[in-house]
Parts: sequence; C-alpha cells; structure tokens
Amino acid sequence: MRLTLHVWRQKKSGDKGAFETHKVENISADSSFLEMLDVLNEEILEKGGEPVAFDHDCREGICGTCGMVVNGMAHGPQALTTTCQLHMRKFKDGDELWIEPWRAKAFPVLRDLVVDRGAFDRIIQAGGFISAKSGSAPDANEILVGKTVADQAMDAAACIGCGACVAACPNASAMLFTAAKITHLGVLPQGQPERDDRARNMVAQMDAEGFGGCTNHGECAEVCPKGISLETIARMNRDFLKAMVIAREPLAARTGG
Amino acid sequence: MELRDNAPSGPIETAWDRHRFDIKLVNPANKRKFEVIVVGTGLAGAAAAATFGELGYRVRSFCYQDSPRRAHSIAAQGGINAAKNYSGDGDSIYRLFYDTVKGGDYRSRERNVYRLAQVSVNIIDQAVAQGVPFAREYGGLLDNRSFGGAQVSRTFYARGQTGQQLLLGAYQALERQIGAGTVTMHPRTEMLELIVVDGQARGIVTRDMVTGKIEAHLAHAVVLATGGYGNLFYLSTNAKGCNVTAGWRAHRKGAFFANPCYTQIHPTCIPVSGEHQSKLTLMSESLRNDGRVWVPKNKDDVGKKPGQIAKEDRDYYLERKYPAFGNLVPRDIASRNAKEVCDAGRGVGPGGLGVYLDFADAIERLGQKAIEERYGNLFEMYERITDEDPYQVPMRIYPAVHYTMGGLWVDYNLMSNLPGLFVLGEANFSDHGANRLGASALMQGLADGYFVAPYTIGNYLWTERTDQKPVTADHPEVKKALAEVEERTQRFLSINGKRSPDSFHRELGKLMWEKCGMARNEAGLKEAQARIPALRAEFWENLRVPGSGADLNQSLEKAGRVADFLELAELFATDALHRRESCGGHFREESQTPEGEALRDDDSFRYVAAWEFNGVGKAPVLHKEDLEFEHVKLTQRSYK
Ligand SMILES: Cc1cc2nc3c(=O)[nH]c(=O)nc-3n(C[C@H](O)[C@H](O)[C@H](O)COP(=O)(O)OP(=O)(O)OC[C@H]3O[C@@H](n4cnc5c(N)ncnc54)[C@H](O)[C@@H]3O)c2cc1C
Ligand code: FES
Repeated sequence: MRLTLHVWRQKKSGDKGAFETHKVENISADSSFLEMLDVLNEEILEKGGEPVAFDHDCREGICGTCGMVVNGMAHGPQALTTTCQLHMRKFKDGDELWIEPWRAKAFPVLRDLVVDRGAFDRIIQAGGFISAKSGSAPDANEILVGKTVADQAMDAAACIGCGACVAACPNASAMLFTAAKITHLGVLPQGQPERDDRARNMVAQMDAEGFGGCTNHGECAEVCPKGISLETIARMNRDFLKAMVIAREPLAARTGG
Repeated sequence: MELRDNAPSGPIETAWDRHRFDIKLVNPANKRKFEVIVVGTGLAGAAAAATFGELGYRVRSFCYQDSPRRAHSIAAQGGINAAKNYSGDGDSIYRLFYDTVKGGDYRSRERNVYRLAQVSVNIIDQAVAQGVPFAREYGGLLDNRSFGGAQVSRTFYARGQTGQQLLLGAYQALERQIGAGTVTMHPRTEMLELIVVDGQARGIVTRDMVTGKIEAHLAHAVVLATGGYGNLFYLSTNAKGCNVTAGWRAHRKGAFFANPCYTQIHPTCIPVSGEHQSKLTLMSESLRNDGRVWVPKNKDDVGKKPGQIAKEDRDYYLERKYPAFGNLVPRDIASRNAKEVCDAGRGVGPGGLGVYLDFADAIERLGQKAIEERYGNLFEMYERITDEDPYQVPMRIYPAVHYTMGGLWVDYNLMSNLPGLFVLGEANFSDHGANRLGASALMQGLADGYFVAPYTIGNYLWTERTDQKPVTADHPEVKKALAEVEERTQRFLSINGKRSPDSFHRELGKLMWEKCGMARNEAGLKEAQARIPALRAEFWENLRVPGSGADLNQSLEKAGRVADFLELAELFATDALHRRESCGGHFREESQTPEGEALRDDDSFRYVAAWEFNGVGKAPVLHKEDLEFEHVKLTQRSYK
C-alpha cells in the first residue's frame, strides 16, 4: 500500500506543533498501524531526521499505552480496537491519513503523539481502590459474589485507561474512565464500605484535573476500545449524588491511609 | 565463592513459618527510617511497593511506562494458580509444589517452590479482597479451570484478562499508598545503573525519559522487579519495552546471572506474517483445553484449505504421541513437537511455520455460545490480527519466545549475592527451574511482592542497620555511577553511524532464534558466540541515534536496551553451550531420549549456573549452586 501521512510534530510541551507530511510505500496490508509507523520512522531516521515519538508497549490492546487520533477518530476507524490492534487492511491504497495526539487540557502533549495522562493516576489515587492491606484478607470463598454481579464488575474493570474517551469528548470529559472504576468497585460487596467516599473523592479529583463535564454526547463510549458502557456514567452520577447527600465529612478527607 | 541458598533446614512444611519467626522484625516506629527503592510496577513490583508502603517504609517506585498500571503483567491472559483445592479434585500445597518442581524439570530449589505453593492461597484471598473480579459460578463461589498440563483445576481467572485484573488490584493498592504519601512514584523513568557502596546495593541512577535528567536515588535497599528479557529475541510475546537493562546493569556491578539460557517458548502464538512484524501475539494456552492441534499427515496436503483435508488425513500429533495428556502437554513439549512437524515439511500457512488449533469439535460438542463465553475475546483478537474467523476455520499457531526462567540469582530471601539487592518476579531466576508451568508466573510475582519480600527485606534492613553508613550524593561511587550513565548516553548520541537501534535488535533477535532458540546444538551455539561480538562491535561503530539526550528520545531509549541485549546474548550462548544436557525449555539436540524427548544429565548438571561478570567479551566465571532433592523424586519426565 501507499499512503500519505500528515503527522503531528511537536518538540515539547508548550511548543506550537504542526503537521508534517510524509509518503510511505510498500506497506503490507497485514501490518498493524504502529508497524506502519515503525516503517515511517526507519525511513525518517535513514534520511537523518528524528523519528515520530508515539507511546506503545504491549501492542495487544491491553496496556492502554498507545493512542492517537486518526482522521479525527480516537484509535482510528475500527470499533472496539486500539491503535496497536488496528491493521492496515482497514485502509485503502492511496489513502491520506491525519495523525494527531489526544487533545485535552488535562493531557498536555509531551512530544509529537505522546501525551501526559498522569491525571488518570491521580483520579485513582483519590479513591479508586478497596483498602485491603496485604495479608489481612479472609478466605476468598467467604465473600460470595453472584455471577451476574461479577460479570458486571468485570465489564467495567475491562477499562485500559487509554484516554480515548477524553480525546473523543467535545468537553474532554473523563466521566467514562472514572465511572468505569466506580462501577467496577461499587457493584462488588467488597467495595461497599468505601463506596460513598470513592464517588465523592474521585469526582472531585476529576474536576480538579481540568477535565470537562458530561453533556451526553456519547462519543466516549463510541470510541472506547473495550466497550465500556454509558450506563456506568449513570451509575456514577447516582452514587455521587447519594454520597453528597449523606456527606458528613469534607471532600477528600479520607483518601489514602 | 560458595553460593548459599540461606534456606532453613528441617521439615519443608514448616520451613517458611520457622524462618519468619527467626528473622528480625523492624518495629513500626523504626520502619519510616528506612528507604527502599523498587524498580518495576508489574505484579511483583507493584505488590511489593504497596506492601512496603503499608508497612511504613519510605518507598520510591519506578517504571518506564507513563503509568505503573501499564507494566507488562497487564498482558497476562490465562490465569493464576493456587492450591486452594476449591474444586475438590485432589489438589494440595504438596501437589502444586510437586507439579512445579517436576514441570521445571528438576532444576529449581525445593524450598522456594514449597513456599510458593504455600502462599499461593493467600494471593487469591488478597486479590478478592481488593476487588479483583475473578470468574464465579452461579452460586457465587470462585470458578477454576485446568490449565497448561495440570491434572487438577487450580487456575483462577478473570475472563482472558487475568493479568490485567490482578495488576489493577496491585496498582490500585500502590496508588492508595502514593496518595497516602508513603510511596513516591516516578513513571517514565528508566533505571540505567546500580549504585554499590561497600559491597551493598545502595541506590540507582535513572534517566527521566521526558526531560532527559540523569539523577541518583539513594536508599537502604534496592528491589528489582523489572520483568523478563524475552525481547532478546526481538520477536516475542513480551511488550515492546521489556528489557534486561536493570538486571544487566546490576550484573555488571557484581550480581550473578543465573541460568540465562532457560527460555520458555510458548506453543500457541499467532505465526509471523511478514518482515514488518514487530512483536508476536500469544493466544492463551487455555485454548488447548478445547482446541485440537493438528497438521496434515501428508506433505502434499499442506497447501490445501483445512476443510478439504479429511479427518483421517489429519495428524493430531499431540493426542497420538501423548495419550494421557494429549493437547495439554507442557509448553516445552508442545512447542518442540510443533517445530518438529514443521521442520518435516508438514507446517501450514505462510512459510510452513504454523500448525492448526481447531475448535470445530468443541463447537459441535458444546455449541458456539459456550466457546464464545470461554474464549470470545481471544477469538476476536485472532480475527483482528489475521483476518480469519476461528469459529469457521482453525486457528494457525506457532511457538514464540514468551518467558525467561533465568534471571538474577537470589537466595531464599530473594536477595542476590550483592547484599541489599532484592530481585522479584520474572527478573529473578526464580522457582520455575528450566520450564515454567502455565499460570505460575502471576502466582510467583505476587507471592514475591505481597508475601515474601516484605518479611525478608525487614530482616536485612534491621540486621544491617548499624553497619550501613549514610551515603550522600557526593560519595565517589554515586558520582562514578552518574558519570557512567552520562558518558554512555553521550556515546550513543555521538556515533552518528547509519543503522537504527531497531535494525541491530532485529538482526540480533534473528541470530538468537536461529542458533539459541527452540533446539540448540554445539555448532550453532559456537557460531552464535562468534557472531555476537562482531554485531556488537558494529553497533558501537555504526549506530545512529538522532536528537538529543535532553528530551523525549525513543531512539536513545532503544539504543540503551539493545546495547545491553548485545552483552546478555553472549552470556546466554555461553550458558546454553556449557549445559550439555536437555532440560525443560533448554533442548540440546545432542541430549535426547530415543523418542526424541529432552534427556537430562542429573549427575553432571543438577545445579543452578550462576555467572559472574568479568568484563565485556571476557569469559564469565561460573558458580554452581547444587540442587538437593529430598522430596521430589527425579525421574525422566513423561507425559505419555
Ligand atoms: C502475553 C503474555 C501472557 C501471559 N499470560 C500469563 C498467564 O496467563 N499466567 C501467568 O502466570 N503468567 C503469564 N505470563 C507471564 C507473566 O505475565 C509475567 O511473567 C509476569 O507478569 C511478570 O511480572 P513482573 O512483575 O515480574 O514484571 P513485569 O510485569 O514485566 O514488570 C516489569 C516492570 O519493570 C519496569 N522496568 C523494567 N525495566 C526497567 C528499567 N530499566 N527502569 C525502570 N523500570 C523498569 C517496567 O516499567 C515494569 O513496570 C504471560 C506473559 C505474556 C507475555
Ligand atoms: S500498545 Fe498496549 S494497548 Fe496498544
């Protein structure tokens, strides 16, 4: 295949970036999108340039490291697919592709297609856990979890934290990411004691990071490579409201520990 | 130097309990006086850092990814073993211990393995308490499956994403400690050197992968949980960033590297599709529970569509050769048999490097729905990569490098021969001997991190507290380590040759796969020994790393990793050459039974080979730890 690529180049955070155009040839339809970029990078290096920086690690769609906007779509045109699992056979010979980083205030660009998603970790820090010290747990089968509930938790826990939801949202909202974690832990019996604190503190952190609000566009779920459902957001909103009503302590007072 | 395992003597069943009672504890008020560095945030590192934080130590945690949650453990699919005997099918701690020693072809340390089997049960409790959504039965109890050659159902799983869910559990525990201020997290930070003062590991030198800042971090002990080095072969199932740098830098500073040649080649991976290939994708071996492996009986049929080959013209070679275990033989055996049929010209798909894994019978027996339930996400992944629908046509699979049993040598306390350097998870030479059983790596990583190191490190810190002098940034050893990293970085940037780090990596990987891969022989290993130094010399003359060291530079990161692989490769070949026996994943063609199975030589090789660094290109020094077997009887492994 031959392709024309317009790739976002930006030396560092704060710089004004721009698209740079490259043509690549002899791309195998069986190669993945990132393997196509590998070929581009080898060529750039050969010609004395600096390769395009992009994040990736597992290349199996599970670590959530990769992510770029391809022709306006987070992770490209194939549903339920991360960029690393997208294959070139989904494109046509001669296609023109625009490749950009996730764009969101809370995800500053570090270089080219690489962004800083540290905000996601800080949302988890605020309450995305069940406090269970190593060695303190009762026998695993003493906690019964019905299959339906376990499946529901697993559906939400499948989130890979890639940030496509934020990139796709017109408000750059992190609702789907946050809601997935609140749902995963909130439906399980083990997650009940901290459920209110979790909802309050995670939502507060999400706002503090500068993510936008949700105005029900649904783009997030549309691009989510793991099919996290919008119902998680409805659930989070319920948990959050309930937690605010019964709040007895100031926000973020009971994190960590 | 005599290598001492420091394992307690006496009855094996109570060894760990007695050891925990005998070793020193640090009282809670004193814990915060100690600083611990943990490199790596996979299952082993995240579990350790979180637990150290909970205990009250001051912890600094490092990973090269942008978030600790992305460590390679995230990719594990199939499951985690534990001797819970929830299935009531005769499992026990002793059986898991026995299976693991036997599966490792009698090349692991009994006492470590026994402890691993013991604490396996605590891991499941811990994970469930954290909210890990393991598969459940309708009654709400945990579900188990049988996995990779085990005759009992002891594997816990969370769909095809067990590693992800276990890692998220450990990551969330870690984030909780970061929020509480006990752990400081340094993501996108690569360890490039170990700092050794007075013979003890006292810190590391890192490079900030965004700003390029090179910095020293000092502590009372250093824990490496930096994963395996399967990417030595370039193509493997490991994440692209997996590397040996942390372990190799420690090796150069005196830590012994044990059994480097023990590599696990996983039988069920998607075959290579072309030159562009950048990594290989594993299809969980749980698929072998329901899939049947076959190739055409006749060479002439390999070009035909699988549906056109009649049942009687198919060779279900694993079922034929190993009637008791069938498609569930251990990984090394399944892999070698695949290679054998492909070498005989009966392989299918591009280049004849593939065998079928066929679900047609299972679909007929159980219905498509049941198969979808079990393997839906794996089938989808397969289709996405190959463009073939495994519900309609059999999968094509081929072995690929997957896991490295070798690693830094550690004693029973998981401490290397360098005092103060602890090594956990896949990075150590571990409990798997010459071959790891499926679903046992997750178990070992979490056992090391949650339940072993937190005790043994306390013992070290308290015992050494009076001897350890404070080390500050102006200590000559610290300055030396910093200078080493600065110089190396500048050297990469200034060679200005013609070839990219990736091109060297690919070439090295191909050489390793061909000469040190699934089957090894003296001539091939000697050839590798001769060719590796030449490639390394070219690397240092003809490498091109564009850009600068002062910002995000992925070529520079790769160059550092490839440089270390080029040194490890030689040690790997040396180890494989010296071990003139076959055992587990190490198959020496010169040493096989009349039926072509791996033939051990217990009289000559019943030891751990721990290598001491002696300079680049110089012959390393071999230290042997003899292995004693009091409980498990050494037999020729047989899965017939
Ligand atoms: C595709 C796949 C599937 C698997 N499935 C299973 C399974 O079903 N069951 C099972 O038991 N095992 C499985 N395994 C094996 C298992 O996943 C690994 O052995 C295990 O997760 C390793 O964990 P770890 O904590 O030792 O290291 P890793 O998870 O590899 O973590 C290494 C950490 O070290 C960091 N690091 C490395 N080098 C540096 C450096 N120089 N500086 C800073 N940080 C560094 C990384 O950032 C990372 O955080 C699978 C492996 C693969 C590849
Ligand atoms: S690289 Fe891991 S999800 Fe794409």
